[in-house]
Amino acid sequence: MARAVTQQRKIINTTLAWGVGLLIFFPILWTILTSFKTEAQAIADPPIFLGFDWTLENYAAVMERSNYSRFLWNSIIIAGGSTLLGILIAVPAAWSMAFVPSKRTKDILLWMLSTKMLPAVGVLYPIYLICIQFGILDSKIALVIILMLINLPIIVWMLYTYFKEIPGEILEAARMDGASLKEEVLYVLTPMAIPGIASTVLLNVILAWNEAFWTLNLTAAKAAPLTAFIASYSSPEGLFYAKLSAASTMAIAPILILGWFSQKQLVSGLTFGAVK
Amino acid sequence: MGHIKLSQVSKRFGEVEVIPPLDLTIADGEFTVFVGPSGCGKSTLLRLIAGLEDVSAGHIEIDGADTTHVPPAKRGLAMVFQSYALYPHMSVKKNIAFPMRMAGVPLEEQERRISAAAEALNLTDYLDRRPGQLSGGQRQRVAIGRAIVREPQAFLFDEPLSNLDAALRVGMRMEIAELHKKLKTTMIYVTHDQVEAMTMADKIVVLRAGVIEQVGSPLELYHAPCNEFVAGFIGSPKMNLIKGAEAQKHGAATIGIRPEHVDVSASEGLWKATVGVAEHLGSDTFLHIHGVPGCDPLTVRVDGELPVKHGDEIFLTPQLEKLHRFDAQGLRVA
Repeated sequence: MARAVTQQRKIINTTLAWGVGLLIFFPILWTILTSFKTEAQAIADPPIFLGFDWTLENYAAVMERSNYSRFLWNSIIIAGGSTLLGILIAVPAAWSMAFVPSKRTKDILLWMLSTKMLPAVGVLYPIYLICIQFGILDSKIALVIILMLINLPIIVWMLYTYFKEIPGEILEAARMDGASLKEEVLYVLTPMAIPGIASTVLLNVILAWNEAFWTLNLTAAKAAPLTAFIASYSSPEGLFYAKLSAASTMAIAPILILGWFSQKQLVSGLTFGAVK
Repeated sequence: MGHIKLSQVSKRFGEVEVIPPLDLTIADGEFTVFVGPSGCGKSTLLRLIAGLEDVSAGHIEIDGADTTHVPPAKRGLAMVFQSYALYPHMSVKKNIAFPMRMAGVPLEEQERRISAAAEALNLTDYLDRRPGQLSGGQRQRVAIGRAIVREPQAFLFDEPLSNLDAALRVGMRMEIAELHKKLKTTMIYVTHDQVEAMTMADKIVVLRAGVIEQVGSPLELYHAPCNEFVAGFIGSPKMNLIKGAEAQKHGAATIGIRPEHVDVSASEGLWKATVGVAEHLGSDTFLHIHGVPGCDPLTVRVDGELPVKHGDEIFLTPQLEKLHRFDAQGLRVA
C-alpha cells in the first residue's frame, strides 16, 4: 500500500528540504553578499546581512589588480582539456569493461577507484620532480594531464555504469549490420549514451574547475587558473574579506551558472542506476 | 544462395561444453527451426552461425566458403533479435538504412530498398518515427525490414516473437512464413515454442543439452519421433508416455500415444478411468484422466461437443496403429 502523505507532512518535508538547501547554499550566498560590502562592513560585528551600502568597488579593485581573463582562460583550458582528454580515453575503456569484460574487470575498476583514496600530497614530490624533468612546471599541459589522470577513475566508472545499461544486443545488431568497432562506438553506442556522457562531462568540468591542490602547487604565473586567483587574495599582508569574496564570486560564477542550467542532467547522472 | 554447413562444430564456455561436436546441413532456401527447451543451446548455435560467438572447434561453411573465422558482417547473414535491437536514437527509416549505410550502398538504391521494404511490411506511414513510438509488432517489422534490405544469403531469427502478445504472435508468424515463401531465402529460426516450429518449418532441428536429437520435417517428427524426448516435445498437448505392464504388453519399456489418438467411449474400452479436469476450448476438449495404469494423468483430445465433465467414468482405447514404442534407453523401437 502506498504511504499516505498528509498535507502536514508535505509542509514539514518541504520546509526541511528548503532548510537543508539554504544551509548548504549559505556560505556561497554570504560570499556573494560580502563581495558587495566595504572592507569595514565585511568584518563588522555583529555581521550585517543585507542592510549595507552596496558597492562594486571590490570588483573594480580586483579587476585592476589581477588579470581575471587570463586566469579564467587558464581554468577553461585546464578543466575543458582534462575532461575532453579523459572522455577520449574513458569511452573505449568503459566500452571494453562493459561489453567484453574479463575475469579481472571488477578488480580493475576497484583498483582504479582505490587510487582516489591516496592522499594527493603523497605523490606531490615525485610529480613535481617529473614536471621539472619534462620542463612542464607551471604549464597548462601538465595540469591537463594530471587532472585528467585524477578524474579518470570517476569518468570511467560513470561511463561504465551508463554503458552497462545499454543492451548488448543493440551493439551485436550493429555488428551484424556491418559496423566496424569504430562505427559501432561512433554511430550506435555514443549517441545512445549522450545523456550519460553529458553528465559525466559536466561533473568532471566542475571537479577540474574546483581542483585546488595541484593547480596551486604546480603553477605560478603562467598557467595559474581561478583557484590561484582566489588564493592570491588571501594574503599575509592583512585580511581583505570583501576583495577575497569578490574574487571568489568571480571565480565560481561561471561554474555556478553552468551548474544551474544543467542541474537536471547532473542529478540524473549522479543518481543513474540507483533510481531506475 | 544460402547453403549452410556445420562440421563438428562445438562450443565451450570455460570448462562447460554447451554444444558438443555436431554436424548439420541447411539447404538453400530452407526454413529451418531450432527448437528445444530453455538452455538447450539453440540460441548459442544460432550465434555461432552468425559469428557473434566464436566456435571452440569445427568449421562453418556458407555457400561452400569457410566462414568459421569471418566477422559477422562479412558472412552475408542478417539477424532479427528477440529484443528487436533497434537503434533507439534513429528514426525507422535510418534504422532500416543503417546496414546499407555501413555497406556504402548508393543513396538512390537505399531509398528504393527502404520504400520496397516499408511497403511490404506496412511501415510506410511510420518511417519518420522513432522505435520508442512504435508498438511491439511494428518494432519487430522494423527489425525484419532492417534485415531484408541487406538482401542476405540467410536470415537468422532469435526467438523474434517471444516479446509479443499471443494474438500478435500468430499474425507475425504468418507474416514471416509468407515472407519466406516470397523471398525464398534460407531462414534459421530459433524458438522454444513447438507450435511455432511445427507451423513454420520446412525442417525442424530438435536440440537438448546442445545435442541434436532429431532432424526432420514437422510431420516426420510428429509421426516418427526417434526417442522419448522428441516424442514428448513435439505435439500439443504432449504425447502420453505409459510405462510398466501396459508397455510390456507391446514389447516396449515405454509406449507413447498422442492425445488425439485415443478413442473415448461411455460403455466399453481397454482402460476404465475417471475424468479429472476437462478443458473446453470450444472446437476441442482436453481431458486429463486419472486411473490409466502407468500414466497419470493421461491427456485425451476429444470433440468439443462431447458432453464430459469432472468425475465422469469413461472407457479409453488407444489406436494401436498410432502407438509409439520405446526401449529402456528411450529410443524408438521399429
